Amino acid sequence: MSAVHHIPSSEAILACEGLSKHFGGIRAFTDVAFQARRGEVTAVIGDNGAGKSTLIRCLVGVHVPDGGEIFFDGQPKPFGNPDEARKAGIETVHQNLALIDELTVAQNLFLNREIVRRIGPFALLDRKAMRTQARAMLSRLSINMPSVNQRVRRLSGGQRQAISICRAAGSGAKLVVMDEPTAALGVQETANVEALIRRLRDQGVSVILVSHNFDQVRRLSDQIWVMRAGKMVATVRASETSGNELVALVTGAA
Amino acid sequence: MSTPEQNAPARVTAGAAEESRPSLSALLLDPSFWADWASVVGLVGLVIVFGIAQPVFLSVANLQALLLAAATLVVLSIGQTFVVATSGIDLSLAAAVMLGAIILGLVNAAGWGIFLACLLAVLATSAVGFLNGLLITAGRIPDFVVTLGTLSGITGLGLILSGGEPTMVGSTFLLKLASGRFGPFGYPVWVAIAAVIVAHIALYHTRFGVHLLATGGQTESANALGIRTDRVKIAAYAISGFCAGIAAILLVARIGSAEPLINTSLLLNSVAAVVLGGVSLFGGRASILGPAIGALMLTALVNGLTLLSVSAFYQPLAVGAIVVLAALIMRYQK
Repeated sequence: MSAVHHIPSSEAILACEGLSKHFGGIRAFTDVAFQARRGEVTAVIGDNGAGKSTLIRCLVGVHVPDGGEIFFDGQPKPFGNPDEARKAGIETVHQNLALIDELTVAQNLFLNREIVRRIGPFALLDRKAMRTQARAMLSRLSINMPSVNQRVRRLSGGQRQAISICRAAGSGAKLVVMDEPTAALGVQETANVEALIRRLRDQGVSVILVSHNFDQVRRLSDQIWVMRAGKMVATVRASETSGNELVALVTGAA
Repeated sequence: MSTPEQNAPARVTAGAAEESRPSLSALLLDPSFWADWASVVGLVGLVIVFGIAQPVFLSVANLQALLLAAATLVVLSIGQTFVVATSGIDLSLAAAVMLGAIILGLVNAAGWGIFLACLLAVLATSAVGFLNGLLITAGRIPDFVVTLGTLSGITGLGLILSGGEPTMVGSTFLLKLASGRFGPFGYPVWVAIAAVIVAHIALYHTRFGVHLLATGGQTESANALGIRTDRVKIAAYAISGFCAGIAAILLVARIGSAEPLINTSLLLNSVAAVVLGGVSLFGGRASILGPAIGALMLTALVNGLTLLSVSAFYQPLAVGAIVVLAALIMRYQK
C-alpha cells in the first residue's frame, strides 16, 4: 500500500490535490488527493456517505469545490460546469439520467451533438449519417443492438447502460466517468457492461469507476482508491489486494 | 432479470431487423397501430358514415367549406402540439386568438394599415406565449396554473382594449385571404398546409425538434446531457402563441370583425386534435400530421352533424365522447 499523497505525475489524466467540499455545515470531504492514470481503469470505493459521488461531481464540474486544485492532462483546470469538462474531454455516465426513453438509439447517441446539413440559412438533421455512424459506434464496442431506430424505452437495463457508455465514449472522450454503472443490472448484463468497460480501456480511454462492488472493482480496475468518512484513506493496485483488505480499508477495521 | 425472450432480439444483426416489416394482418391486430393512426381511422370512418347518411357531405363544395373551416383549428393544433410535446399544456390558446383579433381590429381601425395590424397581432400573441414559457420555466410554476392565469389575464386585457365592443375589419386583403383560392383550395387552407409542412420539418428535421422531444420525454436527463430545456420550453410556448396569432388573422378574415369573445371550443378542440393525433400528453412523442388530421376530423364531425340537422347542442357531446375514446385508445400506444 502506498502513501495517499502524490504529486500529480505526468501519467495522470485527472488528479486533484487538497480538494475540499462542504455543503453548508456538512462536510462532504476534506483535503482529498486523487489521481487517475492515463489508459487505466481507476476505481473509487467507499461506504455510503463516504464522499465518493460528491468527489466525482467536483472533478467533472457539477459541483465547484471549496478548496484545492484539480489537474486535467497535467494542467491546473477547475471546471465551472459539466459542459466545460465535456469540452475538455471528460464524459460522465450518469446513474439514472443518461437516456431519453422516447427517442431512438441513434437519436440518443447523437443527442445534443446532432449531425446537420446546412441548406442556406437552415440546418437540417442528417439522420442517415447519424444512423450509419451510430451503427459504427455500437459495433466498435461490440454492442449488439437489433436496430438503431428502436426506441430506448423498449431496451433492457444492460442495453441501456451499454448505449449510455457508448454515447460517452463516442464523442472521442479521453476520460469516461461512471457512477455505479452496474447498480441496477442482473448478472449477465453486469458481465456485458464490464466487458464493455474493458474494451473501452483497450481502446485507450481512461475510466473512473465509482462502485460498491469490491469483486467488480478488483476484476475491472487497475488502481483502487478508498474513501472513508470524507477522507481519501488509501490507494492500492487492484492486482495486489484482496477482497478482505478492501473491506477492512472501507470500514476502517485495518 | 433477462428472460430468453428479452434477449432474443439482441442477437439479430442490425441490418436484418430493420428490413423486416410486420404483415398487414399482424398490424391490424396490434392495438398500438390503432392508437398511432386514431385520427386517420376516425376521419375515414366519419367520411364514410356521413357520406352514406347525407351524400351532400361528399360534394366538392362541402368538402371545400369543410377544409376552409378546419384551417384555423389545424394551425392552433400545431401550436398546441409543440407545447404538449414538452409535456405542457397551453390553456391560453383561445384567449390569445381573441387578443390577437382585437389588436388586429384596433390597429386596423386606427388606420395603421392591415399588414402592420396583422404583424402586431402575431407579435402580441407570440409575446403572450413567450411570457407563458418564461413564467413556467423561470418562475417554476406549473404550466396549468400559468396558462390558466394568462387565459384570464388576456381575456381581461382584450375586454379593456376593445371596451367589450366588436370592431369591424373591412380590409380587401383579409377579404381576399378568406374568399380567394389557388388551385383546389382557398388561401386559408394553403396557410394551414404551409404551417403543417414548416412544423413537420421543425419537429423531425432540426436539432430543435429532437431537443423538444427530449425535453418533453425526460427533462432532467435532457438537462444532464447539456440541452437547455428552459429555452426549449419557452420556444415551444412562443410557437404556440405565434400559431394563435396566425389563427387570429384567419378568424378575423373569416368573420370580418374582431370580437372580444373567446371561442372556448377552439381551445378544447385544439387539445382534442392533439390527443386524436397520437401525441402523448406526457410529452416526448409528437407528430404534426396526426393533430392536423385530428383537427380535420373534429371539423368533419361538426360539419356532418350539421348536415344531418342534428342540433348544435349535441356537438360538444359528440366531441367529448370522441376525445375520451381517443385517450382510451392511446393507452395502447407502444
